[in-house]
Amino acid sequence: MTLALFIEQLFNGVQFGLMLFLMAVGVTLVFGIMRVINLAHGSLFMAGGYLLVACLNVTHSYWLAVPLAVLGTVVVGAAMEILVLRPLYGRGHLDQVLATFGLTMFFNEAVVVIWGRLPLNVAIPGPLDGSLEIFPGVHYPVYRLAITGAALACGAILYVVMVHTRLGALIRAGSDKREMVEALGVNIGFLYTAVFGLGAAFAGFAGMLTGPLLSVETGMGDPILILTLVCIVIGGTGSIRGALAGALIIGIFDTFSRVLLPQIVGLTAGTAVVGMADYVLMALVLIYSRTGLFAAYRG
Amino acid sequence: MALSRRTILHLALIAAALAVPLSGDIYYTRFATQIAMYGMAAVSCDLLLGYGGLVTFGQAAFFGVGAYVTGILTNAGYHDALVVWPAAIAAAALAGLAIGALSLRAQGFQFIMVTLAFGQMSYYIAQALRAYGGDNGFTMPRRNTLAGMSLANHVILYYVSLALLVIVLFLAWRLVNSQFGMVIRGRRDNERRLAAIGIPPFRYKLALFVISAAIAGLAGALMANHARFVSPALLSFQVSGQFLAMVILGSAGTLIGPVFGAAIYLVFQQVLSDYTDHWMIFFGPLLVARVLFVKEGVWGMILQAVKAHEATPAPVPAEEGAAE
Repeated sequence: MTLALFIEQLFNGVQFGLMLFLMAVGVTLVFGIMRVINLAHGSLFMAGGYLLVACLNVTHSYWLAVPLAVLGTVVVGAAMEILVLRPLYGRGHLDQVLATFGLTMFFNEAVVVIWGRLPLNVAIPGPLDGSLEIFPGVHYPVYRLAITGAALACGAILYVVMVHTRLGALIRAGSDKREMVEALGVNIGFLYTAVFGLGAAFAGFAGMLTGPLLSVETGMGDPILILTLVCIVIGGTGSIRGALAGALIIGIFDTFSRVLLPQIVGLTAGTAVVGMADYVLMALVLIYSRTGLFAAYRG
Repeated sequence: MALSRRTILHLALIAAALAVPLSGDIYYTRFATQIAMYGMAAVSCDLLLGYGGLVTFGQAAFFGVGAYVTGILTNAGYHDALVVWPAAIAAAALAGLAIGALSLRAQGFQFIMVTLAFGQMSYYIAQALRAYGGDNGFTMPRRNTLAGMSLANHVILYYVSLALLVIVLFLAWRLVNSQFGMVIRGRRDNERRLAAIGIPPFRYKLALFVISAAIAGLAGALMANHARFVSPALLSFQVSGQFLAMVILGSAGTLIGPVFGAAIYLVFQQVLSDYTDHWMIFFGPLLVARVLFVKEGVWGMILQAVKAHEATPAPVPAEEGAAE
């Protein structure tokens, strides 16, 4: 592997890892605070992609469409929380898993009804089309740099919200001891919806950023969600730091295994081994520690 | 001889199942065959879920392993079901041993994520089998033969599947009521207490996981014969979710209930897809409503109705759904 290829793949890996992180934030916060496992989080990723397409068709401007679509995803997420998830708090995992699985069935079919079964393409915004020489001899797509930047900005926003605002303090307190926060008179219902909306916004934004790279189609969020769960298992549940670590590990590992493994074991075996790589890594982490590398919540 | 109402109910069900091919319409026979196969897979899920309290979201992996092994061996020239099916069951059990040994290290909510992840892994492996059609899957030239009898006849395949389903139900019922079953249910209710009285829970959980995987593998082997087509779609996480949905529609922890659940699911799918391609848009909310508003699955409701009229002492009540 040449240095140029290494750098290019490292950038790809970090970018993919940050995408996974945007997904993982919502899943891990919702689990950490509400103790709910939400399989419909992938639907929010998908909703982001489709809403971006819809908003672009109306506004023809990314500057307008992206905020509108984020807002739309938050509305979808809040509706999901109020209508379906709220009655599930305190229920068993099975109820939560089945109800949110039912939601993914609904959303995956709903987008087919509205937008059809064919994948939709999202154009890369004009100024971001093209590539940049990031290193002598390494040309890297500007769009990928831009979404890496956008994802980093999201991470920074999340950091500020979590560490320097009252909402963040409540969320952190909630994931430590929910009952105590409730006992102190905090409107816990509002806090839950806010946490869910925050997670939805990140997931939807990740879907929008990914839209031009892949295509927007039904079920696009499900494989991403499963990989996100792998990140959370690796990083440890309920912790944002764990989610970040797990997401970057999987992002970089996944990218490099796709490049390197077929070279090592041959092209035919390579495709099978590449499909397994992330999960084998997860298995190794599980053997090393049952609760992941940076677990906040044990049990 | 005083048969309990419950026994009568079971006999009536078996009689009804036996009578399906008499309708003369092969469509119904084929449909009932599907119910028997999905029902068997749902029963395998119920062992883990209803009795072990283990919510697995990766059961499709074993269903798929059974189907793939059957398809691959048949294409390689092995047609005898007495060779192919045991191989399929063994392969599924082995996969269950590997996946179970790893995922049972995780607890509760993590267990769900880990089984989901390993399920997805097997999906990708199936997709990567280029020699077997990759993403598109492959067809089986013909069905297996059972002791010289061809299963190409739909009615024969139906009766074979039905017989195997009844055998699986009987063995599963014996299993959950044995000492092993007591340990499993004890662990579901309180793992720590079980460990405290000197019974290591892990090996029991793993044994249950392997048995459940083997049953799912048999269901997969039958399904490959029924459809004569095997593809990665059999291993997708949606299929795992379907199995769970069937268990819950029928009543978890009742063994027969999940077969009912499979019937309800398939009938619902069939009836709705006559009207619309988008049947999932109705099924999804139905599943949500079942979870949110209805306490009991269909079999549980039937049992309650039967019990209300029962003069003799009530039979053992249906187990509660997966206890956390």
